[in-house]
Amino acid sequence: MNYRLIILLSLLFFASPHLNAQSYQDPQHHACLKCHSNQSYSFHNDVTDKEVKRLMNPYYILDTVAISAGVHKSFDCTDCHSSEYEVYPHQATLKLEPLSTCLDCHGGDESYAKYKFEEIQAEVEKSVHHKVYGENFSCSKCHNQHTYAATARNSDNILEIVDYSNKMCLSCHNDMKKYELISGHANPKLVEVHNWLPNQALHFQHVRCIECHTEVVDSLMVSHNILSKDHAVKKCVECHSADSRLKASLYKYENIQKRAENGGLGSVLTNSSYVIGTHQSPFLKLLSIIIFLATITGIIIHSIFRILKK
Amino acid sequence: MAATEKIYFYPVWLRIWHGINAIGILLLIFTGISMQSSIDNSVIGFNLIINIHNYAGVIVTLNYLVFFIGNLITKNGRFYLIKMKGFLKRPIKQAYYYAWGMFHGESYPFPLSEKRKFNPLQKYFYVLVMYLAVPGVIITGFALLFPEIIIETVYSVSGVFLTAIFHSALGFFISIFLVIHLYIASIGKSPLENFKSIITGWHQIH
Repeated sequence: MNYRLIILLSLLFFASPHLNAQSYQDPQHHACLKCHSNQSYSFHNDVTDKEVKRLMNPYYILDTVAISAGVHKSFDCTDCHSSEYEVYPHQATLKLEPLSTCLDCHGGDESYAKYKFEEIQAEVEKSVHHKVYGENFSCSKCHNQHTYAATARNSDNILEIVDYSNKMCLSCHNDMKKYELISGHANPKLVEVHNWLPNQALHFQHVRCIECHTEVVDSLMVSHNILSKDHAVKKCVECHSADSRLKASLYKYENIQKRAENGGLGSVLTNSSYVIGTHQSPFLKLLSIIIFLATITGIIIHSIFRILKK
Repeated sequence: MAATEKIYFYPVWLRIWHGINAIGILLLIFTGISMQSSIDNSVIGFNLIINIHNYAGVIVTLNYLVFFIGNLITKNGRFYLIKMKGFLKRPIKQAYYYAWGMFHGESYPFPLSEKRKFNPLQKYFYVLVMYLAVPGVIITGFALLFPEIIIETVYSVSGVFLTAIFHSALGFFISIFLVIHLYIASIGKSPLENFKSIITGWHQIH
């Protein structure tokens, strides 16, 4: 493990991040990306002595724009993958080589302490994903190591954070093939399972899946203990009332965070976070409708008398 | 005809304030109701509704300062002073006029003059709205924009929740006031007379 780390760090030291960023932006001149960023690739077949053009396996196509925006943008492909991949056709045995896991680099390192990787690992081990699928359920199942961006930390747009976070879940939970790869059974119907939830589309846009599907740990920014669906929050009042998870973990955090980063009154006003007022309480909602109807009825009766007595 | 007399009731600054306030409050009510009911308006869009609400809130707040300072430095403020004499009797008399008297040919109990712009009932509601509800809705509104200043919990109930409830309850009260305000304004010599007054500034005394 340390051996890998030393190689990695020395490569990082010698390889210019600027140069790598350049090559991600210019994939046509990159040894790997000239094939792996395109739908198709061409090569010279030495056996038949012909130029061949083939379709790229869609799962091996890389989004170079997302890579250049991701946290690992300063790494080159061969920093993590074997340099023998630079030869085509790739050797079959290369697939069997173990790759570094997240904690191989991020674990036990002071400079990453604030991200609390060890604590996250402990939480993941309690989660339903780990309980059912064990070690196979690695970090990268959710956090794409090629393109991952720390959106929740860096974005000032609540909708972007919600969207980014939910896409991590949906990349499997809304994808039959990827879901079955892990679970071995068919994909649950997300919309049907959440049929009980009013304003479903609006909730999915504004609330992260993890708000209801994790056990909140105050010391972690994002809880990683994904609960089984029987333990998910299923009561409106748990979010929309006194002990509001929604408010605590998103509304207030986002509101303050946005100002800390951008400053100025504008960012306060364009903040799209909001809380529901009296309509949170069914009693007050009913009361307000009754008062409103009573007012209108009073006005109608008064108007009738005015017309009659004119 | 000498039967009608004109009084210049509403100076220019007051009419401008009233106009901006009217548009602002209407925007706040409509966007507020949308937010309460989580109606995702596909034409305007939910986020835009929230932004309109925030901006309209700030405009109405700045405009409220115009009203507040205007009433301090001009004579308009004295129309809002409530007399202790006949504290309950006078507004009840006015309410009785609206409910019974006006249909039975009784004369207006508090004729308007240079010294009396509002009848007692009207004055009470204006004071309640402009000096209690509107400041309350402004304070709670700004608190929701800066939620870190809100008290964390009040007897284990979230402060943000209470503030949101209070904010929308006051907003609801103001909405009801607006409906009644518009209706009562239609009680005049003709239904449109009072609406003309608030635009031209001149009020007809009959």
